[in-house]
Amino acid sequence: MSTTEHSEHSEHSEYIDVETGKMGMWLFLFTELFLFGGLFIVYAVMRARYGEDFHHAALELNAFIGATNTVVLLVSSMTVAMSLTAIQKSQKNLAIGLIFVTLLLAIVFMINKYFEYGHKFELHLYPGSDVMRNLPHGEIMFFGLYFLMTGLHLFHVVVGGILLTIVMLRVKSGKINKEHFLLHENGALYWHLVDLIWIFLFPLLYLIT
Amino acid sequence: MNNQVSAEPLNYLNHKTGLWSWLTATDHKRIGLLYLYAITTFFLTAAVLGLLMKIEKSTIGPTIMTAQTYNAMFTLHGIIMIFIVVIPGLAAVFGNICLPIMIGAKDVAFPKLNLFSFYVYITGACLGLYSQFAHGHSPDAGWTFYVPYSAEVNSNIILALLAAFTLGFASILTGLNFIVTIHRMRAPGMTWFRMPLFPWSLYATAWIQLLATPVVGITLLMVIAERTLHVGFFDPKLGGDPVLYQHLFWIYSHPAVYVMILPAMGVVTEIFPTFSQKPVFGYLPIVFSSLAIALVGYFVWGHHMFTSGMSYESRWFFSFITFLVAIPSAIKVFNWLSTMYGGSVDLQPPLLYAISFIFLFTIGGFTGLTLGAVATDIHVHNTDFVVAHFHYIIFGGMGFGFFAAMHYWYPKIYGTMYHIKWAKIAWGFLFTGFNVLYFPMFIMGIQGMPRRYYDYDPKFQLGQTISSVGAVILFVGLIAMIANLVYHVRRGAKAPANPWHGVTLEWQVPSPPPHENFDEIPVITREPYVFDNPYTKEK
Repeated sequence: MSTTEHSEHSEHSEYIDVETGKMGMWLFLFTELFLFGGLFIVYAVMRARYGEDFHHAALELNAFIGATNTVVLLVSSMTVAMSLTAIQKSQKNLAIGLIFVTLLLAIVFMINKYFEYGHKFELHLYPGSDVMRNLPHGEIMFFGLYFLMTGLHLFHVVVGGILLTIVMLRVKSGKINKEHFLLHENGALYWHLVDLIWIFLFPLLYLIT
Repeated sequence: MNNQVSAEPLNYLNHKTGLWSWLTATDHKRIGLLYLYAITTFFLTAAVLGLLMKIEKSTIGPTIMTAQTYNAMFTLHGIIMIFIVVIPGLAAVFGNICLPIMIGAKDVAFPKLNLFSFYVYITGACLGLYSQFAHGHSPDAGWTFYVPYSAEVNSNIILALLAAFTLGFASILTGLNFIVTIHRMRAPGMTWFRMPLFPWSLYATAWIQLLATPVVGITLLMVIAERTLHVGFFDPKLGGDPVLYQHLFWIYSHPAVYVMILPAMGVVTEIFPTFSQKPVFGYLPIVFSSLAIALVGYFVWGHHMFTSGMSYESRWFFSFITFLVAIPSAIKVFNWLSTMYGGSVDLQPPLLYAISFIFLFTIGGFTGLTLGAVATDIHVHNTDFVVAHFHYIIFGGMGFGFFAAMHYWYPKIYGTMYHIKWAKIAWGFLFTGFNVLYFPMFIMGIQGMPRRYYDYDPKFQLGQTISSVGAVILFVGLIAMIANLVYHVRRGAKAPANPWHGVTLEWQVPSPPPHENFDEIPVITREPYVFDNPYTKEK
């Protein structure tokens, strides 16, 4: 154990030991995976029960928008990783620029999602609607899962976006720098999680037809 | 003998003063105390509800409340006791206060996150209370929120679900904090197997908190979606499956039982060596049985659903795995008894509580096997037998473990000592009242008294009355115990640093401990339970 340098301060040091901080983040990411895991279980059970209906319902989704969003998120994952490398090399402006690009891509993702949801609402394909009530049971399940899973994912996109905005401001103010980039790294890890979950959602909802 | 407690040295209680310094405290001991006060308040509230229910049941027909009030009361009693008191209980209070000291650290890994999770907890607790008093009916679906009732009934279920969700989040953050603390903050020389056993039990607990709680979180969100958006996952009318809800709920809520009981086992494991002045018997088996309980406990949830509709194969599978949990539990019991065997046993209040823990936990455990066996479970399912069983485990186990911890670490926490004789008398009331209250429920359960019923058949009159008398005795004991503890915080005799001659690290620092526990981080050179310390022997 080598983390006794903050013993002189009466209050706790402003910076948490990097390994400790990262370990906390990784554990938190596990809990996020388990959170979505509950939905994946429901998906698996319902898919096994209503395979045919899931097939028909999945055809309603626009695989093109889904694929676009997958690419958007993958690229954003890359830019956020690049920004971390940039800050480790003390290239502050480049790092800020790359986080900004990541945030723009997050907004592109949300705009796509907005059009996708909007289209579903036009067709009255949302839980509790008059059209949905008359659909076969499996299709009701599919759209329920679609909205809950992508909705929860979208919430994570928003949280990740807020986190990265804070990171960007701290990079700007110099609080995150070559020596202290734990928050930056953890923010990037969180963003990769957002990406990772989408990579599972995309084939499950859009591609398996 | 107490040369360390001269003229009010600065400690964590007085190094800063004022309400604000408490509300924004990041010191793990202060956060532990904040939890203690919150949990005690909620515990008393729910205990009063329990007492009222028992008074209601003392006579046939309406006694002091209507049936609807009774339903709301057992729901609130369950929600408060399970989610607000018992699940966070030992880990949040004594885990926070003792864990860093016992592993030789100045604080937990993330002190600010620790404070944050306290406020998340308070938010959840307030939401839970608000669900009772908000406009509309109090929730009456029981703490298990079984669909379809919870998805359809017209009461404030959503608020109660949000409360449980928020409390789960606080629990996850505490667990996360403890895992990282144990991995990263142990004092130099404290290898994994030189770590005391209470931290070990917290470690096993923390993994359950971390890995099981998110599942119930998403499940509760799904029930909220059922109620607001009518997605229909659990609604047969829309093709959903109510039994699926029960699976998801118990995937968390059974491991949660081990979140409750494992830290209590850890507490008594600290108490037996100290009050026998003898190394703990079988250190490694205790460690591995904790981990085994945490691991196997994940795969037994189905035993809550033997009567809900499951395949033959899943029934025997879950029944078999349930029986397996009994093995590590029994290993612990044997180890505790062997620790006392041949030791110089000093029957102080903490040990009284620890011994009654073994007694009550064993009864609770054996009756658990009755419920874990498919054939007998079908007979006693949803009867008072189940209620008696889990009160023996949760109250007799976790509750008495909590009281044991309270009496054990009290002099360390406050630097004063409670009245020993008074504590023993209160224990007598608690132990007697407990058994008089819950034991008749086993018998009535076997005879067919259903749980959660407002009224009962005349043949249960005698049992119900005995049980109600027990509730009153228990409550008297509770008040006596709390009064003793509260009264002596300021007025008790000064406690030395090591009143029980313990050998773990928390007894090597002054009582109360200083703000950051150690002036100098100790270097650990040997196993935790070696009773040849000159510091302890000279007394």
